Amino acid sequence: MRNALGSVDTVLLLGGRSEIGLAIVERLVRDGARRVVLAARGATGGEPPVIGDAEVHLLDFDASRPETHGEVIEAAAKLVGDLDVVIPAFGVLGRQADYDADPVAAAEAVAVNYGGHVSAGLYAARRLREQGHGTLVVLSSVAGIRVRRANFVYGSAKAGLDGFAQGLGDALHGSGARVMVVRPGFVVGRMTEGMTPAPLSSTPGQVADAVVAGLRSGAETVWVPGALRAMFAVMRVLPRAVWRRMPR
Amino acid sequence: MSSAAPPGTTFLTGWGRTSPTPARLVRPATAEQVAETVRRAPERGVAARGLGRAYGDAAQNAGGLVVDCTALTSWSLDEATGLVTAGAGLSLHDLMAALVPRGWFVPVTPGTRHVTVGGAVAADVHGKNHHVDSSFGAHLRSLTLVTAGGGIRTLTPADDLFWATVGGMGLTGVIVEAVFRCVPIETSRVRVDTERTRDLDHTLETMAATDDRYRYTVAWIDLLARGGRMGRSVLTRGDHAAREELPRGADPLEFAPRALVKAPPWAPDGLLNPLTVRAFNEAWYLKSRPGTSVQGLAPFFHPLDFVDGWNRAYGPRGFVQYQFVVPFGQEATLRRIVARLSAEGVVSFLTVLKRFGPGTPGMLSFPMPGWTLALDIPAGQRGLAGLLRAFDAQVAEAGGRIYLAKDSRMAAGTMAATYPRLAEWRKVRDEADPDGVFRTDLARRLGL
Ligand SMILES: Cc1cc2nc3c(=O)[nH]c(=O)nc-3n(C[C@H](O)[C@H](O)[C@H](O)COP(=O)(O)OP(=O)(O)OC[C@H]3O[C@@H](n4cnc5c(N)ncnc54)[C@H](O)[C@@H]3O)c2cc1C
Ligand SMILES: NC(=O)c1ccc[n+]([C@@H]2O[C@H](COP(=O)([O-])OP(=O)(O)OC[C@H]3O[C@@H](n4cnc5c(N)ncnc54)[C@H](OP(=O)(O)O)[C@@H]3O)[C@@H](O)[C@H]2O)c1
Repeated sequence: MRNALGSVDTVLLLGGRSEIGLAIVERLVRDGARRVVLAARGATGGEPPVIGDAEVHLLDFDASRPETHGEVIEAAAKLVGDLDVVIPAFGVLGRQADYDADPVAAAEAVAVNYGGHVSAGLYAARRLREQGHGTLVVLSSVAGIRVRRANFVYGSAKAGLDGFAQGLGDALHGSGARVMVVRPGFVVGRMTEGMTPAPLSSTPGQVADAVVAGLRSGAETVWVPGALRAMFAVMRVLPRAVWRRMPR
Repeated sequence: MSSAAPPGTTFLTGWGRTSPTPARLVRPATAEQVAETVRRAPERGVAARGLGRAYGDAAQNAGGLVVDCTALTSWSLDEATGLVTAGAGLSLHDLMAALVPRGWFVPVTPGTRHVTVGGAVAADVHGKNHHVDSSFGAHLRSLTLVTAGGGIRTLTPADDLFWATVGGMGLTGVIVEAVFRCVPIETSRVRVDTERTRDLDHTLETMAATDDRYRYTVAWIDLLARGGRMGRSVLTRGDHAAREELPRGADPLEFAPRALVKAPPWAPDGLLNPLTVRAFNEAWYLKSRPGTSVQGLAPFFHPLDFVDGWNRAYGPRGFVQYQFVVPFGQEATLRRIVARLSAEGVVSFLTVLKRFGPGTPGMLSFPMPGWTLALDIPAGQRGLAGLLRAFDAQVAEAGGRIYLAKDSRMAAGTMAATYPRLAEWRKVRDEADPDGVFRTDLARRLGL
């Protein structure tokens, strides 16, 4: 149960090895969360990582198998009780050139980056609605705010996800459950390894700090860093001819 | 806050207006209706609610059912013994309006009259007379409880379930009736001695030395005073006035507390800001003239009740009330916390210090012999979570604890470490309610 000052008790991370996701979980535990479920591909074989003094559970979770997502949410609730925060943090970036060469791979990536979030998000929302409380933290991206030709397969999936998350948040309005949409820019980390950081980049830790602050204040949308909000207000209205020539 | 609750549900909060959650609300009129409701408990369980004066999430049940007990308002008085039998939903306000003109007063009243008898039992509330009269549970003769199976049981102090219910925050069942002893009074007035103290040590010394001469005592601390004046206080100490102390012609048992005024509509949400609170505290200290006076019961016991909905003045994010107790001998912890609050410039509308006497056998009752401090802080104050967590640790270290009826943010571990009889309480509760029918947001948050 979230307390009056925004600390929570339980967390479910879908994509349980995500760098950003784990950084959020660590901070929530430091902030008082006692029970954590990490759900990841082939997770149950291994030992759960130590996260502060929290009780950590592992579950198997594959984003590309939507038919299993309902069971995963239920299993998590069975392990830790009410889910205070659910963070779907799975995703694959991929390279646009590879997607151009292999359209099937592109569709599979979209099935994870968008489709997986739809099924996992809807099942999670059903549970949170029944509970009458809880927050779904959706990791969108500025890549989906205005899709660039340099990574439009990934970007279009994020655009879909962002729209899905906003719609779901509105649908949950008044149920006690909430959706918080997080829009990071370029995050220097495992997913972007070897790439040159874009302007206004951040670290997984900074994203996590912003998420925790947003959970405290009850924010609906969080940009990381905050300056991206203003920047994208401009980006969104740049003429198409200019946008098309963006180098990346 | 979100008001578009799903059909049939209502968003509920405590008095601090933090953490609203939706629940289906029913308002049964009889004990039998309560029992019937409990028999058909939904999966997310049942919580009892009185007038919602607990500050945090004690009378909420997210996604479940909440039984509003305020229709259970029957009462009777045995004039020979002073024993009152009251429905659990009767407010102490209504009870006083009935009793005082007949020459009786409730054995314990909290700082507001707008609490129910059920809420007073469930939180085992204390008042300004705790140092001599202990808490509400000490005056109870029996309780009638609707239990998890929907049975109706009468409990006496000889039952374990009785002492799991007194202070048990509604988690053992729905109290439908209570029998307790009231106090005879000659008048509806209180003779009050007011004194100002120089600093915290002077406050503690004066209270320790003089408390026992009065039935009712409390200190209001000026948290804004720093340096040599840190902890300066206004001490008010009183006793029920005798008939001959009233002016000739006065109706000795008149009890007509002024109608509640609403917080004026022009008062902006969030009227209480550091500036207004500072001004209020300064004015309160200066206006409290030392000396003796005769006051009405209401202004002495319930000064906050004159403004209806004053809790809204803290703005939409609400506020947190922090009340802890530390045993005698642990004054150093109290001093450290007051010093930190005053150094941090925490602006609290009313900060109250009280000397507790012996507690009751209530397994989760809050009071114990020692010093208790209560203050309120806007929930949006920066760094508040960390500050209060640091205080929790110091209070736990000192062998003290935090009051559940005021709490909205304590960690489960702190509760487990500071309520030594929690395991015993759990055992009795689990026997009475093996399937966890009675559930509240507070219970979920604290893992009860
Ligand atoms: C201005 C103010 C001053 C206060 N001063 C004091 C004080 O001086 N001393 C003190 O001790 N407290 C004080 N309190 C706290 C208050 O006395 C308690 O929180 C009390 O429990 C509130 O009663 P309620 O009827 O509003 O109950 P609610 O707030 O509705 O419920 C409180 C708890 O009681 C349980 N409960 C309520 N009715 C029943 C029932 N019929 N059966 C079973 N469980 C039930 C609920 O489940 C919940 O856990 C103060 C509160 C305010 C707002
Ligand atoms: N990094 C950035 O620049 C950036 C910017 C904005 C938004 N985001 C978004 O933030 C989220 C987290 O990213 P991150 O930086 O933490 O990346 P990360 O460390 O690479 O984490 C992504 C995780 O997704 C998991 N995953 C991929 N496919 C999966 C599948 N089919 N089923 C289950 N799990 C799957 C991966 O699991 P394995 O461990 O099994 O591979 C990996 O742990 C992603 O949604 C990402 O799109 C990232």
